[in-house]
Amino acid sequence: MTTHEPTAAGRGTVRRLAGTLHRRPRLRLALLLTAPLLWLAVLYLGSLAVLFVSAFWTTDSFTSQVVKVWSTDNFHALFTTPVFRQVILRSVGVALAVTVLCAVIAFPVAFYTARVARPRWRPLLVVAILTPLWASYLVKVYAWRLILSEGGLADWILAPFGLSGPGYGLPATVLTLTYLWLPYMILPVHTALEQLPANLLDASADLGARPGRTFRSVVLPLVLPSVAAGSVFTFSLSLGDYITVQIVGGKTQLIGNLVYSNIELNLPMAAALGTVPVAVIVLYLLAIRRTGALNSL
Amino acid sequence: MHLSRTARTALRIGAGLGFAVIYVPLLLVLVNSLNPDRSASWPPPGLTAHWWSVAAHNSGARDALWVSVKAGLGATAIALVLGTLIAFAVARHRFFGRDTVSFVVVLPIALPGIVTGIALNSAFSTVLEPLGVGLGLFTVIVGHATFCIVVVFNNVVARLRRTSGSYEEAAMDLGASTFRAFADVTFPLVRSALLAGALLAFALSFDEVVVTTFTAGPGIETLPIWIFGNMTRPQQAPVVNVVAAVLVLLSVIPIYVAQRLSADTATSSRV
Repeated sequence: MTTHEPTAAGRGTVRRLAGTLHRRPRLRLALLLTAPLLWLAVLYLGSLAVLFVSAFWTTDSFTSQVVKVWSTDNFHALFTTPVFRQVILRSVGVALAVTVLCAVIAFPVAFYTARVARPRWRPLLVVAILTPLWASYLVKVYAWRLILSEGGLADWILAPFGLSGPGYGLPATVLTLTYLWLPYMILPVHTALEQLPANLLDASADLGARPGRTFRSVVLPLVLPSVAAGSVFTFSLSLGDYITVQIVGGKTQLIGNLVYSNIELNLPMAAALGTVPVAVIVLYLLAIRRTGALNSL
Repeated sequence: MHLSRTARTALRIGAGLGFAVIYVPLLLVLVNSLNPDRSASWPPPGLTAHWWSVAAHNSGARDALWVSVKAGLGATAIALVLGTLIAFAVARHRFFGRDTVSFVVVLPIALPGIVTGIALNSAFSTVLEPLGVGLGLFTVIVGHATFCIVVVFNNVVARLRRTSGSYEEAAMDLGASTFRAFADVTFPLVRSALLAGALLAFALSFDEVVVTTFTAGPGIETLPIWIFGNMTRPQQAPVVNVVAAVLVLLSVIPIYVAQRLSADTATSSRV
């Protein structure tokens, strides 16, 4: 025997410990949960709580020191400062535009991969949809920076039509974000279309519906919850993003950029601005929950 | 649905365009790493492997890669332990607040990275700095581990829910102790889920920009931070091009491993 045999005494202790753990499930549970809950509840939720409390503090405008006096000035500024209102609306608009674009592009792709392509090819096509998710986020944004650069691929493709690429700016940001989050939309739509019972489609056709009518009255209502599920990703990921807009957005500012630019000089204001995307995402989730889409996530 | 021939053709073309849009940017990154020119104008004036050898000797990128690997391994190790512990608690026990626990696990990845980032940043600077511990690689690992827990948890909890506790009970009826039953029965059952979770956790950490920005101390530069910092410098463009191409090529590895780990793990989705 080459394996190390524990001494009799050591084995007895281990055995007693095992017995105790077996007889006392509460103790077992406590041992399982202590470390992770310390990490998540104390470290993470604690930090978040302090951050949100600090949104109600203010900053001394001369020294940039945080003054721990309770006030709602920051939230007041959020709703009254024109720049803030404009940027918040723009950010929500970008997130919605990205979501709609993703849904519109995802539908034909998913319809093809789920119902038109040969069944033999379908698993491979799913892998092909997922593959870009493993490529680095920054590299994908960088790819669009290259495509949209002056004289880049976009300009080259559009030149024969007498057009030029959009350059860096708001449209470039929407385009790049759409590219980044598209797989999150294609995948749930693909799954829903794949699970669509064929006899429902046949029944619809037997009752005299043309494909267009079947699509509107049968396919769309059954797939919509999956679109909603995908939209949770496309919407919330777009709303929190501030890196993409820095790389391809030119001078465009989104809510994340405002948070970032306030961190050094006015942390309470940054915290208050940070609550905006969180609040919008929570509202969006509540609205989506009514469609029952969250159960299919 | 009985689609007309035209509709089928239209869908084929639409899907073909869709896949082209998905893959052309990645191919462009590969081609552009061979571009002799510093600008990204298309088509490139020629092809050269010169910048690959320049990039191979770029110490900034190499150091950053090494920091990224260390941060990824550290965060993955922590996430494996914590995620597995929570998964066992949630899947094998009933207790008050169980749903809340599953919710809190998802929170770090569901909230915008900048919110998580500044929350951790101010917590670190108020708690750790008085203790003489500054921001550094350690805080990066702590920050990354926080949002990596969820992927390990998701994989392991899914596996545990599918395999009922009766195997462990059978082992114990046959005389195995709690530890013996875990080592011989439970662990082999969850091993591939752990691997899948670890793979996802490492990939998430390796790719993270925002949380790293706020938790890294001075002098700690992960590969994404290095790319972000050098992306807009024309002088560095060729090296950035090569690093980007390398990352595209490297992403084949997790895809291959994920396929090998088979379809029953949750690697198909990154969240």
